[in-house]
Amino acid sequence: MNETIGLILIGIGLAFDLVGTIGLVRLPDIYNRLQAATKCVTLGTATLLIGAAVYSGLTALGAKAIVCAVFILLTSPVGAHAIARGAHIFGIKLWEHSLGDAYQDRQENQGSQL
Amino acid sequence: MSLIFFSIGMGILLLASFLCLYRISAGPTPPDRTVAIDILGTLMVGFTCLYAMYFNQEFYMNVALAWALLSFIGTVALAKYLEGRKFHE
Repeated sequence: MNETIGLILIGIGLAFDLVGTIGLVRLPDIYNRLQAATKCVTLGTATLLIGAAVYSGLTALGAKAIVCAVFILLTSPVGAHAIARGAHIFGIKLWEHSLGDAYQDRQENQGSQL
Repeated sequence: MSLIFFSIGMGILLLASFLCLYRISAGPTPPDRTVAIDILGTLMVGFTCLYAMYFNQEFYMNVALAWALLSFIGTVALAKYLEGRKFHE
């Protein structure tokens, strides 16, 4: 029973990984690519690791997989936010059909550097 | 875990990695390459976890943990480089 649930979770994680990287290739803009790839691949890899923990039970492999999943869920959004901020400061323009740039509007209203 | 499931999983992860490598080689701007490097590091953790499960070697999960740590540090360092700042600011 546990093994079946683990394998299903691993399959879901692999599907999310593949969809996220397809979004990384096909989307037009750095910000679109960032939101597609980071969210999908973070969730997919965390689901894969949790599936590995469910599959193997309370062994050393399962405990390390849970620790690794928690670490990825904590750090991957931080890295994505840092990349987005870096890209904006680097001067990458938005896609031509993008609707608005709230970060730049806030900068202009407040007149601050952040 | 059967050999067929392991092979299909490794094939999917390998395809995803090749899509990331395409974005690294063809990305028009430096932040595109940085995003692809970050995603490739996260995929490698999945590779290592599947490998450890199939061969029943829990040692490889240590490799996955270290890889996740180093990938995060590298991503943050590259993002600081994109902002054009020094590292002590």
